[in-house]
Parts: sequence; C-alpha cells; structure tokens
Amino acid sequence: MVVESPMASDGLLCADSLSKSFGTVPVLFSVSFSLRAGEVHALIGENGAGKSTLMKIMSGFHNPTSGRIIYDGKPVTLPPNGGAEALGIVLIHQELNLSEQMTVTENIFLGREIAKHGILDRPAMTARVVQLLADVGLNISPDTRISELSIAQKQMVEIAKAMSRNARVLIMDEPTAVLTEAETNILFKQVNRLRDQGVAIMFVSHKLHEVKEISDRVTVLRDGQWIGTSATSDLNLDDMARMMVGRELSDLYPPVNEPNVDADIALTVNGLHTKNITDISFELRRGEILGFSGLVGSGRTEVFEAVCGLTPMQAGTITTFGNEIRFASVAQARDAGIVYLTKDRKGRGLLLNEGMQTNLTLLALPQFANRLMLDRKKEAFALTRAVRRFDIRARDPNVRAKDMSGGNQQKLLLAKVMEADPKIVIIDEPTRGIDVGTKQQIYHFIAALAAEGVSIVVISSDMPEIIGISHRVIIMREGQIAGTVSGRDINETQIVRYAAGLNEETIHA
Amino acid sequence: MPELAQTDATIRKPKIDLKMYGPAIALVILCIIGFSLNTAFLSEGNITNLLTRSAFIGIIAVGATFVITAGGIDLSVGSMAAAIAGIMIILMNALVDILGTGVLTVAVGAGCAVLLGALAGLANGLLTTKGKIEAFIVTLGTMGIFRSLVTYFADGGTLSLNFDIRGTYRPVYYDSLIGVPIPVWVFIIVAISGWFLMNRTTFGRYCTAIGSNEHVAQYSAINVNKIKTWTYVIQGLCVALATVIYVPRLGSASSSTGVLWELEAIAAVIIGGTVLKGGYGRIGGTILGALILTTIGNILNFTDLISNYLNGTMQGLIIIIAVWLQRADWGKSKD
Repeated sequence: MVVESPMASDGLLCADSLSKSFGTVPVLFSVSFSLRAGEVHALIGENGAGKSTLMKIMSGFHNPTSGRIIYDGKPVTLPPNGGAEALGIVLIHQELNLSEQMTVTENIFLGREIAKHGILDRPAMTARVVQLLADVGLNISPDTRISELSIAQKQMVEIAKAMSRNARVLIMDEPTAVLTEAETNILFKQVNRLRDQGVAIMFVSHKLHEVKEISDRVTVLRDGQWIGTSATSDLNLDDMARMMVGRELSDLYPPVNEPNVDADIALTVNGLHTKNITDISFELRRGEILGFSGLVGSGRTEVFEAVCGLTPMQAGTITTFGNEIRFASVAQARDAGIVYLTKDRKGRGLLLNEGMQTNLTLLALPQFANRLMLDRKKEAFALTRAVRRFDIRARDPNVRAKDMSGGNQQKLLLAKVMEADPKIVIIDEPTRGIDVGTKQQIYHFIAALAAEGVSIVVISSDMPEIIGISHRVIIMREGQIAGTVSGRDINETQIVRYAAGLNEETIHA
Repeated sequence: MPELAQTDATIRKPKIDLKMYGPAIALVILCIIGFSLNTAFLSEGNITNLLTRSAFIGIIAVGATFVITAGGIDLSVGSMAAAIAGIMIILMNALVDILGTGVLTVAVGAGCAVLLGALAGLANGLLTTKGKIEAFIVTLGTMGIFRSLVTYFADGGTLSLNFDIRGTYRPVYYDSLIGVPIPVWVFIIVAISGWFLMNRTTFGRYCTAIGSNEHVAQYSAINVNKIKTWTYVIQGLCVALATVIYVPRLGSASSSTGVLWELEAIAAVIIGGTVLKGGYGRIGGTILGALILTTIGNILNFTDLISNYLNGTMQGLIIIIAVWLQRADWGKSKD
C-alpha cells in the first residue's frame, strides 16, 4: 500500500491545508487534496469525517477557516452559493436540488435559459435536453415534472444538468446511495465517459466496492484529518475500511443464528393486491429476519405500506398472531404491534426542526400521556434510555434532528419505532447513506431484536446487507414475488437471477 | 442513577433566546412610549379598556395559533364572527316571545352561537381535509359566504338586538369581576387553556408535528385529518366565544361587523413568533401580539403626533419589522 504525500499541487483543483471550524467546533484539520483532470478521485470516510465539508469548501459553498483553494494553478476564492458553476466546478448535492413542480427541461436550464430578446427558445432547449437524457440513458419526456420522477430518475436528471454545464470539475456527494445496480452501471458509464473527456471527478461514496470499481485514486478522511491518498489499484476493500475506521471490521455482520422453524407465525399476508402489487403472500415467524430484495420500484415498500395501513389494500388478508385484521391507520398497526421504519428519514421519518425527544416519542405518544396530558418526565427518561440503548451520539441533547449525522438520525428513528414496543418491525433500507461503523451497530441491533423474539423484515437494495443478515430472502419483481431463498441459497447470483426474471420458478397465481 | 439525573438536567436546560422575548420587549417599549407621551396611558381606566379591546382579537388569535401551527390558515374568522353575531341576534329577538327577555334567552342564544362556531369550523376543517382543498381557498370561499349571509339577514342594513335583552346581556361586556372586566376573564381563561393544550397535551404536539411535516406525522401514527379538522373547530369555538362577548358592546350586527379581524388575528399570531408555514406555535406570543396591536391603536388615540387614520400603517410596519427581526440570523456565522 503506497500512500502519497498530501501536499500534491499537480491537480486541476487543489485544496491546500484547509481547516474549517463551525463556531468553536473544528471539523477539518489542515486537509490537502488534489483533483487531476481526467481522473475519478474517491473521497471516503465515516459520517462526520469531514467529507461533506471538504466537498462544500472545494465547490465554494463553505469558506475555509484557513488554507487555500488552487484552481488551474492559481489560488482562488470561489464564489459562494453555487457561483463556482460558472467556473466549471459543479457539485451534485446528496439532497437533490431540483424544483419539483418544474419540468426536466426547465430544471436543466434553470438560470441559463436559452432566450432570444428575453423570449424563451423552447424548441432549442428541448432538443438539447432530449440529447442529454439519451446520453444518460433516461427514457422520459423532457416535459415531465420532476415530482413525477423516482429518486433514481431525479439523480440522472441532476447528472444531465451537470453535463449540460460543461463542467470541468464534477463533485458528487454519494450519487449511488439511492440507485439500483443497473442504474449505478449507467451512472458509471457516464462517469467514465466524462473522465475520458478530461473532466476531474470527485466522488464520495460509502459503497467501497463501487469506489474500487470506478475510481483511480482514493483519499481517506477520519475525524476531520487526512489519513491517506493512494492509487485505487494499491488498495483492497479491507484496506479502505481499515483506513476509514481505524480498526479492524471483521464482524460487520453479526452471526446469523439458526432460524427456529417451529416458532409461531407472527404475520401472514395472503393474496395482497394494491394498485401496483399483485398477489403477495408470505409468512413471517417469531424472531425471524426476513429480507425483501429486488430492484427499486419492484413494489417492496408498497407491500408494507399496505400492511401498515398507509396505502389502501384492494384485496387480500393480513393475519397477525392468529387474528385476521386490516389496518385503517398507522395507529391501528402500531397498537397491533407492527411498525414500519421508513427509508425516507428526512421526508417521512423525522421532524427535522424538532429535537431528539419530540421525535423519539412521536409514534408512541399516547404511552407518554395521561389522558391527553403529556408526561414530560417520562419522555425525558425515554430519551436517556434510548440514547444509551442505541448509542445515539449528540454533542447537545437539544440538537435538532437536521443537525445530526445520518447515522445518528437512523439510530434515533430506530429508537422511535422501538418506543412503541413492537412485535414486528419493518425496516426499509436500514443503512442507506450511513457509515460503515454505524452500519455494523445497526446490524447488531437488528440481530439482537430478533434474538429477543421480535420478527423483522428488512427491505434493502444493498445486496451484501440482505445476504449478511437475513434468515430468508423474498425477491420481488414488477410488483410480484419472484422467488424465495433461504439458507445456503441466499447468495448474490440466486437473488439477481430472481430479480432479473431469469429463474423459471417465478410464482404466478 | 446519578448519571441519569445529570443527563435529565441537561435536557431541560433552559435556552435563553432573544427571539423568544422579542414580543414581550416590544410590548414593554410600546408601553414606555405610550406613558412618555401621556401619563394617562397607564391609568387603570386605560389599561382596562386596552385589555378589553384586546380580548376579541386575542381570543380569535388563540384559535388561529392552532390552525397555523398545524400548517393551515383560516381567513373566514371575521366574516364568521359577523354571521354568528347576526344569527344570534335574530335568534334572541325571536325567542323573546317564547322565553321572555331574561337570562334564559341570552343563554340559549349564546349556546347556539357556540354551536354555530363549532359547525362553521367543522365545515372549514372537513373541506380542507376530506375535500383535499387548500385551506386558503376553502376559507376564502367561506369568508365570502359568511359575509354575504349577514348582509342578507340584515337586508343590507343593521340587525339590532331587542332593547330589553340588551339590558340583560349588557353586563357580559361591561361588568367586572374582582375589578377585571368579564371579557378579560374570558381572554385569560382561553389563553391559559390554549397554552396548556398547545404545550402540555398530545394534541398540541400533534399540531406541531403536522405543521412541521405532514408525511412524518402520518408515518408516526397521527390521524392527520382528524387533528387538522379539530384545529378549525377550535378556531370556530374561539370565534363564537369572542362574538358572544362582543355583541353586547353595540347590541347590533351589520355587514361591517368583524371586517379585517382575520388579518388582525393572523398578524397577532405572526408577531408572537408562530411560524406562518406551521410547525412552531406560541400561544404566549400570540397573546402578546394581540396586546401589541391594540396598544398601537390606543397610543395613536392618545397623541396627535401621528393621525389615528394611520393606525393600519403602524400595525403593518410592526408586523413587517417583527417578522424581519425573527428571520435575521443574529450572531450566527454565515456558512
């Protein structure tokens, strides 16, 4: 493993000994980084390592407290708030920056519309967008409103937008976090194409195998410090993980204990139909971890939104512990011991402007009230207990949810649903966009809950995760169950074959 | 356990926030200005008058705080007050033949007013939630309906309360209990109940959650439609209560009754620090907001410096300045 000097000034865009403090809290300590034209340079590190801050400084969204930015060999002060785009430095945010109510074309040309004497040249813009969409392999009309697109499609629109700006430097914050493998491949094709054109690409990801696949060099940050920069070919995945965490991560997944095939059946879903899913039937045993795999959009989330009363069922029966029920609301599902932990932490999971305590008790609030009156001591006690049980790390107990790291938000969300004391927990994308150390903790929480007899459904697009923690995996495809694998059959090949429709034993009703 | 106790204490550590005390500071400054212009400003008579006049807008604004905190808006409150006043007067006049001019007539009339308020609020609430129409549009519609109803009932003129009932009803506005006028008592009770409901109950927490993010609320097992509908019902009840104590003041209702009350109520809520787009509500701030608005009008009455006709200008300036002060990032680094 060859580690280069941090003081590299051979790049198109270089950070020279950048330090940054927010108020009195230092987050970056004299970090240097060089990004060369025609390379993909991955930036990895745990949540809170300072990746986002470094990225934002290098694209002008933050000012460094000390240190310099060197662009094209000259020290520069980047214009704030995305003004650096005019210089050819484009940042694609993790939270996509698209106007939901505007069309794809309007978004791509937002602020730089093609116009003649103030009148929009719509045909010219549409023609350009059609070309861009074809380049990124997105088969949608340029007049589609952003709100009608899936998260993955929105991501591709962002990339098309960046490409339309003739970016010399493209900085991407976890672009693959919400993409399926097929979509990731399309993205990587574009990334390679841009690299060949001489674009300098900075790439942040938690998915190390992708880093290995796409990047030329890797820089690792830990706790705001530069740990090392190496050619990707000199590192294997274990090296990267070790550099990020600073310790060995041999046991990312807890040992999967043998499932008890005689355990009671906690949940039976029979012939479930909704608008987008057909004939879903499965059983979930007490203490079992059941994985739900499949492509994004295959209907996994919808199955459980229907089970929990979030979307209407058209047909089918749901039985929990022997009682047939149909939940009209999330409250009824909660009272019956079923909770759903959303994959959309920020949009559907947490009140971002509220503190930990309000968020923690929201789902189970009736338990914290005598008649209507809130028992605030009980709430405070619950927070203390949850912080300890789920190792939620916050500098200040009054911190607002939006100021917490993704990993701590996820732990808080897990703590929130556990306050309802559920018997069945459905977790949608348990570790999306969180660092490897927190992932490990969450897997252990899940395993521990199952060992206590809680039944768990894990919906995930992360293949190693599904394989690593599930007793049994159901694969969905186009709104139907394509197959079920268990034991030694839980492997990537089997799952991919079912998800892609290659296995013949697809169940048709 | 000591470790636990310590964490507990830090969680409840009170945060000193200048924005929090902004409305109170503003009110104190206004009082100082008022007193320096005319010492009679702080006379017992004027204070009593000021509080009584604040009561109407204040009571309505407490209701509006719930609606706005839960992410809604109610533009119909002024018209609703006029319609309730009109119907209540017609009803009381009609009841004279059956029940006479005693307390019973007034009680039945007031009871019906409260019922009407609740029903009007329920209509606003159901149209917004079950009807899935934006609150702004629903209440813009009902605003027009309620206003035209009172004009129609009064045949374009004025509805006057039977003279004898006026005598029976009069004390509700003009009498005092332990030196405090009845309307002020009602205001105090509504304010305390509102504060308790907002800050100490699951209902208040649910309002905040819904206004903050409806999706999160729905995924957190909150019956969003029910809670939102209830906020409009509470608003309707507050309007009815304000109307019941307002009618004996003049003993009449016309198409100009309650004009622009909706804007004054919303202004009081916003000056008090509640966020217009929802998710954060302060009943205490709303009370101060209502007092600030009335105090401005009162000060202008006391002085010749600025024409009383510019009352609206002063109130408008105060609203804009208040929100500007709330928005500014005092002492935060610009990152």
